[in-house]
Amino acid sequence: MALFFSIIFFGYVLASSNYVIFFYNQNKQFRTVARSILLATGVLHLVYLISRYIMAGHTPLTSNHEAVSFFALAMTWGYLSFRWRYQVKNFGTFVSPLISLLMLVALLSSNQINELPPALQSNWLPVHASIALIANSFLALAFCGGIMYLLQEKEIKKKRFGMFYSRLPSLEALDSLNHHCLAIGFPLMTLGIITGSVWAKQAWGSYWQWDPKETWSLITWFIYAALLHQRLTVGWRGKRAAIMAIIGFSAALFTLWGVSYFLGGIHSYVG
Amino acid sequence: MLADTIVALGVNHKTAPVAIREKLAFSGDCKIPLQKLEKIPGCEEFCFLSTCNRVEVFFVAKQREESIKNVLDFLFTKSGLTSKESKEYSYIHQGTEAITHLFRVASSLDSMIVGEPQILGQLKDAYRDAAEFKSTGVIINRLMNKAFSVAKRIRSETNIGSSAVSISFAAVQLAKKIFGNLNGKRVMLVGAGEMAELAAEHLVTQGISRVVVANRTIERAMKLARRFKGTAVALDELVPQLEHVDIMISSTGSPDMILSRGQVKPIMRKRRNSPLFLIDIAVPRDLDPKLNGLDNVYLYDIDDLTHVVEINKAERDKEAMVAERIVKEETLKFQQWLENMEISPTIVAIRKKAEEVREKELAKTLSSLNGLSTKDKKSIEMLATSLVNKLLHNPIVFLKAECAPEDKEQKLDLTRKLFGLDSGQSAEDRMSSE
Repeated sequence: MALFFSIIFFGYVLASSNYVIFFYNQNKQFRTVARSILLATGVLHLVYLISRYIMAGHTPLTSNHEAVSFFALAMTWGYLSFRWRYQVKNFGTFVSPLISLLMLVALLSSNQINELPPALQSNWLPVHASIALIANSFLALAFCGGIMYLLQEKEIKKKRFGMFYSRLPSLEALDSLNHHCLAIGFPLMTLGIITGSVWAKQAWGSYWQWDPKETWSLITWFIYAALLHQRLTVGWRGKRAAIMAIIGFSAALFTLWGVSYFLGGIHSYVG
Repeated sequence: MLADTIVALGVNHKTAPVAIREKLAFSGDCKIPLQKLEKIPGCEEFCFLSTCNRVEVFFVAKQREESIKNVLDFLFTKSGLTSKESKEYSYIHQGTEAITHLFRVASSLDSMIVGEPQILGQLKDAYRDAAEFKSTGVIINRLMNKAFSVAKRIRSETNIGSSAVSISFAAVQLAKKIFGNLNGKRVMLVGAGEMAELAAEHLVTQGISRVVVANRTIERAMKLARRFKGTAVALDELVPQLEHVDIMISSTGSPDMILSRGQVKPIMRKRRNSPLFLIDIAVPRDLDPKLNGLDNVYLYDIDDLTHVVEINKAERDKEAMVAERIVKEETLKFQQWLENMEISPTIVAIRKKAEEVREKELAKTLSSLNGLSTKDKKSIEMLATSLVNKLLHNPIVFLKAECAPEDKEQKLDLTRKLFGLDSGQSAEDRMSSE
């Protein structure tokens, strides 16, 4: 299993390096290679998830390794689904390294299959955890779009055209990418919080307990809610939307990891 | 000297601000200024050019001082400026300088954006109007045609034209990087200028759906708006109009900024922050540089755009230097032609040409005839000489005859053409006979 996972990790690294090389020299062959590798790795990763499900006998979303691995998988397929829907020039160059980074975290975490603690023995586990992680993956895509927006906007504003001006898509395209990602990510995130709350009522007897993870997911939710609200009412867009997407994603990551490591709480088994 | 009779007199963007240029106001029928110039005594040939950046008269006059004063009066009659002020705002080039000046204007070396292509067309139109009005003669005709060919030569031998085109191309590229697709976007042209129109044209071909033209004079705005099938607005409406446009190209001749950061900030809220691309190609600048600090506002002035196209200044200066050298060269050639446009050099040239023909033909004939005695040879030589002399007698008498000064050039021009004395001319003759 560990070897299988290493191969998948290696696949992602190979795909990202091809994307980065393509970004640098704009030789389309590298992009073609990168795309094929990413797609193949995505499929292998899916196989890994299923085989782990069979081996564990429960949804493999209970350890940091499993959660982050699923996160990376969701991001891969989220990205691939975007590619199928509409194209954002050189998006892959920014997305694939982040996927590889997540995979690295997963690789370094213990991949031991845990016994399912009683609190997690529920049908809500696959629903809540997968929704929350898929939401995270779209927020991560918005984060990549935000970084790209800031790089592009910086060159256009400063009038110093370097590497990014010609390679990155238009500001408009990046801004609408941000919007699309949030339009999918935010409802999923909301759903994740609601399902979690319902599950909490069943498992712990109360919908909301202000445990650190809950608090931080609410903070994250408010950041994105504020961004979407402002976008729809006064037309917040562009740079501000990009910065908010980056801040929001940082909060989401903190909710995922930081809370477990620094703050503890009853949610900390996923850590 | 004939060269000294040529004068170029006028105002341009370098010598007079737009407020002054506009006061000269020569819009509408091009015949009116020509009719007025016709009444000026001593103005033998003339051509009148009026564009957004310049108003000038090219003319030929024997009594220069007198004519210059009268032409100046004609130019500034509506402006209400004193003659001292009008002299300050205008330039007067005479003789060789005037020739060089015209060549530089035609080849866009004197334009606000060096190398912009429209001035040549405008000059051609001005010349056509003057020619139709029959106010041009041998000298202006030759001078103008030479100017057009100099411009053509400079365009083909240097890269001078590429920077203006690539600047407007860069503007389009930038617009695409900001807006993605330009379909359905709106552009506003503020002020008029060759460069602004060029950029607008490029944008329209890229799918811009609506053009709004704002100008100090609504007439000019309407004229330009018609060209782009757009709408015209007054300059006071500039700020409210900003709510509806995506790209603004500003090129007014205003000495002050016409748009400040404070004016645009509230507009951005009304626009719901949709991006605004401001292109300032005016010198001095129209738009507050601080505007670039506003979110979703992208301001580029002409220097920025030049920087974008990475045509470094040294490169451009080099091209301009080559162009200036061509101008100098052509000016010398033209001067040469003018100098020949006198009686005695023409007679000398005719004699020389005839002598050359005589010698060449004699040599050919004598070498093919065998067994001729020295006496026979001499007779043939004499025959040739007297033929040449007899044939040249009347044309030379005709040239030497007294005539009115304005007829003299025509007479010379005709004679030189008949005998094919000017290298350019004879080359053309050879071409057409082939």
